[in-house]
Amino acid sequence: MPIDKSMNVLIVDDYKTMLRIIRNLLKQIEFNNVEEASDGAEALSKLRAGNFGLVISDWNMAPMTGLQLLQEVRADGRLKQLPFIMITAESKTENVVAAKAAGVSNYIVKPFNAETLKDKIEKVLGHA
Amino acid sequence: MPDSHARRDVLLAERLAAIRANRPQMEPELISEVVRAVLTTMSDDLTVHDTALLLEVEELGRTIANAKLEIAALKVDDITGCHIPFATDELDAIVAHTAAATDAILESCETLDTVAATLNGDAADKLQAATTRIYEACSFQDITGQRITKVVGTLKTIEEKVARIIATFGQNTAGLSPPPPAALTAQEELLNGPQLPRQAMDQSDIDKLMASFD
Repeated sequence: MPIDKSMNVLIVDDYKTMLRIIRNLLKQIEFNNVEEASDGAEALSKLRAGNFGLVISDWNMAPMTGLQLLQEVRADGRLKQLPFIMITAESKTENVVAAKAAGVSNYIVKPFNAETLKDKIEKVLGHA
Repeated sequence: MPDSHARRDVLLAERLAAIRANRPQMEPELISEVVRAVLTTMSDDLTVHDTALLLEVEELGRTIANAKLEIAALKVDDITGCHIPFATDELDAIVAHTAAATDAILESCETLDTVAATLNGDAADKLQAATTRIYEACSFQDITGQRITKVVGTLKTIEEKVARIIATFGQNTAGLSPPPPAALTAQEELLNGPQLPRQAMDQSDIDKLMASFD
């Protein structure tokens, strides 16, 4: 099944440079409808108000972390099936386990490359 | 014999009272003095075991006193009031400078992407591959920022622990004079490293200063 690259993608990171990098990498793989949020609360608000096909979120944010955002998304009846990729420097086993338990669709460890991002998106959306 | 014991007890009590009068707080130096008083006054009656134990206590007191001296030599106020805040500011400046540089690189990269979109074939592919690598490499900024944040956290922990040590252990170090700092050579005095932005002269200030020598 071909991936609909016209879908809205929400990228969430409290670090503006990282948002810019991910936006540009997504653009290079032809995802042009990208919105940004700088923390979990803003992301949740945008997700509830909008129509997104994918969330790509950092973990380490305040006051709402990426994991809390994921948990809120999975607890929301309308959003619970939304593909959710975590991109984070948190690479301990317990982090990955916790994210998986919370229902993460895939997990990318920083620093990452464009090929990894493309591969994970294809995997996640291919199974969506 | 009992009289002699009684006289010695009185003498010891008087010496201990004199020590207490001079130093009302229980300090390691006081412990050493008490032990020395006991040793000199009761040396005839102490067993080898007692003497060894008392000598160990005296040594312990001396060790604690030396530790206090070393804490005083640390100039702890400098650590908590100057060195750690300075290090934290320097690290913050590193983050700010690398973030600014990364933004400049990304901006140029976005321009290259725009140019790549106007090209076809191999040239466009090569240009996009190059910008992709630049984007990937720029994510270092996020990682280094997080690492530096951790270092700053560690410095703050050290600062708190030093303050706690002083609060519990080094209150009476005021009278102890630390050794004088080693004198810097003229060359060393000029080695200040990069200044923080708010303290630094910019290029126009430097230019004016240079011009003032003409």
